[in-house]
Amino acid sequence: MRVTPQGRVLVLDVPEWPGNLAGQHLDLRLTAEDGYQAVRSYSIASFGDGHSVELAVDELPDGEVSPYLVRDVEPGDMLEVRGPLGNFFVWRDSQTEPVQLIAGGSGIVPLVSIARAHRAAASPAKFRMLYSVRAPEDAYYASELEELVDDSFALDWVYTRTAPAGFARTAGRITRADIEASTLPVADNPLVYVCGPTGFVEAVARILVDLGHPAERIKTERFGGS
Amino acid sequence: MPEHARQANVPVSRVDGNAAAGPLGEILRLDITTAVGTCRHCGTAAALSEAVVERDAEGVIVLCRSCGHTLVTYISRDGRQYLEFAGLLSLNTATS
Repeated sequence: MRVTPQGRVLVLDVPEWPGNLAGQHLDLRLTAEDGYQAVRSYSIASFGDGHSVELAVDELPDGEVSPYLVRDVEPGDMLEVRGPLGNFFVWRDSQTEPVQLIAGGSGIVPLVSIARAHRAAASPAKFRMLYSVRAPEDAYYASELEELVDDSFALDWVYTRTAPAGFARTAGRITRADIEASTLPVADNPLVYVCGPTGFVEAVARILVDLGHPAERIKTERFGGS
Repeated sequence: MPEHARQANVPVSRVDGNAAAGPLGEILRLDITTAVGTCRHCGTAAALSEAVVERDAEGVIVLCRSCGHTLVTYISRDGRQYLEFAGLLSLNTATS
């Protein structure tokens, strides 16, 4: 199902999947007819038990794998996956501290998984999410995220190219002022998860450290770009 | 050498240590994303999830984010695996 102009949500049925923690990823391998192979890492939007694994994939203009996943792959096709992987960029429902989630573009995927796990556990931990997208139509899971908003989950948006009519903030890249105004303060000592393209993550992490967040309280995951 | 011609066109994606978990997990019985590595060149100790990783079809190169030196090289080709810890002084699996 295509959910944004460049993106698609895929649900894989992986019979031997052992379940996964919120925030983990998997490696997906494609093999061409001539034997050429390409492997990419994708964050998982789903969490917990079961062998249904949800991914959201953004098509990269010069990508080898993502155009196939977004345009060509059909229900019933076989894919090769390895995972779940990584215990660093994860959230467990035993965690009680405040959490700030910051996503750029399709970097929302592992953070959706974490937000879903937070809701499913009815966790009282204070959560706040800041989601930066080019335009409203580029947002993944927008309506689901809006529905998660309650006393323990706040959601803030940054639009970099086109903001919806009536939105107070002018479209533009995320700034120090955005982060200061729309994320949990240093005084709350939040654990901060940042995921997005490399340039986005670097910029956000620099601002967070500059605002006084200890580097060891910032977890990052970068993809693509340089 | 058609294989080489094709390899020259393989894009290298520049990501972070999270993307090294799969390939390095093939050969190491530890989760590379939570392990803390110390760079032999500049002495920086950081979770390898934070390292710079260049990945292509055959393997990964893990680089120190502070000084850019190569920490680990891993190549898997034709069923053989090659692992080199060029710039990794130590690896500590205990993280907070």
